[in-house]
Formats: sequence, structure tokens, C-alpha cells
Amino acid sequence: MQASSVEIRKVNKFYGPFHALKDVDLNILPGKVTCLIGPSGSGKSTLLRCINFLEEYDSGEIRIDGQMMGYDAPGRKMSGRKLREMRRSIGMVFQQFNLWPHMTARENVAEGLIRVRGMGKAEAHERASAALTKVGLADKMENHPLRLSGGQQQRVAIARAIAMEPRLMLFDEPTSALDPELVGEVLNVMKTLAAEGMTMVVVTHEMGFAAHVADQVAFMEKGELVGVDTPDRILHQPADPRIQSFLRTYHERNSF
Amino acid sequence: MFSFPVFLESFWPLIWAARYTLLISVLGIGLGLVIGALICAARLSPYAALRRFAAVWVSFLRGVPLLVQLLVFYYTLPVIGLDVPATVAAVVTVGICASAYISEIWRGAIAALPKGQSEAALAIGMTPRDVWTRVVLPQAVTLSLPALINELILLVKASSLVSVVGILEITRASQAQAATTFRPLEVYIAAACIYLAINLCLAALGRYLEHRTAV
Repeated sequence: MQASSVEIRKVNKFYGPFHALKDVDLNILPGKVTCLIGPSGSGKSTLLRCINFLEEYDSGEIRIDGQMMGYDAPGRKMSGRKLREMRRSIGMVFQQFNLWPHMTARENVAEGLIRVRGMGKAEAHERASAALTKVGLADKMENHPLRLSGGQQQRVAIARAIAMEPRLMLFDEPTSALDPELVGEVLNVMKTLAAEGMTMVVVTHEMGFAAHVADQVAFMEKGELVGVDTPDRILHQPADPRIQSFLRTYHERNSF
Repeated sequence: MFSFPVFLESFWPLIWAARYTLLISVLGIGLGLVIGALICAARLSPYAALRRFAAVWVSFLRGVPLLVQLLVFYYTLPVIGLDVPATVAAVVTVGICASAYISEIWRGAIAALPKGQSEAALAIGMTPRDVWTRVVLPQAVTLSLPALINELILLVKASSLVSVVGILEITRASQAQAATTFRPLEVYIAAACIYLAINLCLAALGRYLEHRTAV
């Protein structure tokens, strides 16, 4: 598997007068795990969604393997066809899973292979079965999403993304909608992917995951990227008072 | 005094007249579904002129009583030199009127889908067309079924209005019969029973469809 790199340079994003991303710079290294942490409303998810252009950034550059995302040149948007071409190699996992409820687990995974990769139905279903087996759901393939637990649904969503053989995976708070006891099964699948050398960008509130799996952790607040470093330096010896204050609140909330 | 034999006897001519009620409601909703889909598409289109046209279409047809629409349409036809049977005029008017409500039903169903549904499809590189045909429409149609069945039931009842343009459907047939037999109570109760039977069948059909498409 080839792993992508992402360079984010001076990215700005506005929602009307609200400045959601302020001159964000970040390097996502190939084959590494980058965790984005920070308070809610800090722009983590917006930044993540700019990487596959679900959210349009207003200025700056996001380059995936050197190729600019979303624009042919500054201010000139790329064609829909080219955008789809680039999105094919980027997997995304959402907080709310976003599985299609009218399809079985296997159909959810096979749909992209059939529609986007032009695969035959039999081959697509075989691939879908393999992807679902990989996330530990070999026995749930014919279930509709609403018949699955949250953790199982999120694993189907991961299978749907990895079946497309992406070179980059984006996770938007993948465990935030889950009951606490179901978080582990999803994080385990993500750890396996990380160990295989997938480039991953993970917006998360799971500090344990960030501490143990991330290669680098980026802290955002109020649309600014405050710091990016090793998990140890960010989580255990933060220099910036904003990170210290965020972690203090986090520890207080999680102690009992 | 209520006469049971008269009540039973009045059923046959009314059941025969029910074919017009069904014809006008079913063809009306069929036409309404087609025009409603076009109006809904116009309403959601990126072109402001189309959106405005659809908005005017909907507010005009919802704002004028069907009875008035029927009369206006029926008396307009000869003025513009069109000689069509009353049944055709009735089906077209009912269909056009239903299209306004149906387009709103579909717009509501589409708006009710979480944005994440199409985002998940776009994120893996699906075309906007595939997003519509594979993700949005199948779910929107399922979501809209209860409201569409409701609309069909409303149409069956509203079809009694086409009696004003001389179509011998259930209501008009029962008026005629009441006038000749001088037994209005029996006749109108029979008419009520027939409407009720039709609509109970439609409601059952609706439950069956909802059950079958449930996820």
C-alpha cells in the first residue's frame, strides 16, 4: 500500500464573518498517524473536511502528494471529475457513521466499488466481504445498519472506506457518538490500520489513543493551530498555556 | 324509517359509479407524481428562475380551492378552442392540483435526510447523479410513502368535487339516486360506506408498503 502525504499551507476558511481557520500550517507525514485535538468549535473538523474538500477552504493550499486539492490554481476550482478522482484515494469516517440505511452492511461496502471503481457486482461483494471480515464483522454482512450496534456500524463505515484502497484515511471524531463500552472495538480497528502503515488524520477526544497511537499531535484552538509535536511533548509537557488549560479541564472531567 | 333493503339496493349503481372515482383519483395521483417530481426538481435546482416558477406553482395551486380550479379549467378549455371530455379535464386538474402537494411532500422528505448521507457518498468519489439515484431518492421515496398514501386518500374524497363538471362518480350518482328514490338517507349512507371501504383498502396498502420498505 502506498501512503499519501498532505501539506497544509496557510489555509483560511470563513463562514460569513466567522474566521474558522486562521493561516493553518500542518504537514501530514506518509504512513503516520496525526491526531487533531482541541476544544469543540476550534476548527479541527473543519480542517479535516477541507482535506477532502467536503468543506471548501478560501485561501492557502492543501496538497496531497504534491497535488493541490480542490483548486487547479488559487481561486480556480477544479472540475468535478478531477475532484472525484482525488477523493477516490481518500477514505473518510464520520462521527455519525453515515451508513446508508437502505443497504445491508455488505452493500454499503460494495456500493463504492461498483459505482466508483466500476467493479462487477460479484467481485465487489467478494471484496466487501473481505473488508468486513477484516474489521471483525464476517457474521454481520447481511444486516442492515440499524440492526447493528454503534461500534459495529462504525466498523462497517471503516470497511466501506478501506475497501476502496485509500492512501489516506480521515477520521472525524469516530468514537464520539459511541457508548463508552463500544469505543475500544473501533479504536482497535484503527490501531490495526495504523500498524499497516496507513496515513491517518484523526480528530479525536480520545487522549489515550492520541498518546499511544499518534506519531504527532496537533492542538487547535479558535481556528488556530497552536502547536504540533510528538504526543509526549503535547500531552505531557505542553509549553503553551492554552494546551495546559485544555488538558487540565480534560483531566478534571475524566477523574472521579 | 331506515329501510335496509333500499340501503342494499342503492349499492350497485354506486359501486358502478365508483369506477370514475377510482379512475380520477388514480390517474390524478399518477399525473401528480410525475408533475410533482418535476416541480420538486425545479424547486431544488440551481437556477433561480426555475425555483421561483416552482414556488409560484405551489402557492397558486395550494391557495385556490380545487373546486374553483376545476371550474376555471373546465370553462377555459372551450375558450381556447379545446374540446376534451369532462373526465380528461377532471384528471388533468386533479393531477395538477395534487402535483403542488406532492412536490412539497418530496421536498420535505429530501430535506429530512441527514446531510451526512450524501457526504459519505461524495467522500468516496461518487458522482452527483449516483448520489441522487443510489442514496437520496431511494430513502426519500420510502420516507414519503405515508404522506403519499395520505394524499391519495385525500384525492379519493376530493374527487367528489368533479361531480360539478357532470361526471357521474359516487357523489353525483348518489345525488341522482336520492332524487329519484326519495330515500336520501339510505343512499348517502351507502355512498359513505363505499368511500370508507376504498380508503380503508388504501390505508392497508400503505401499511403494507411501509412494512415492506422498512429498514
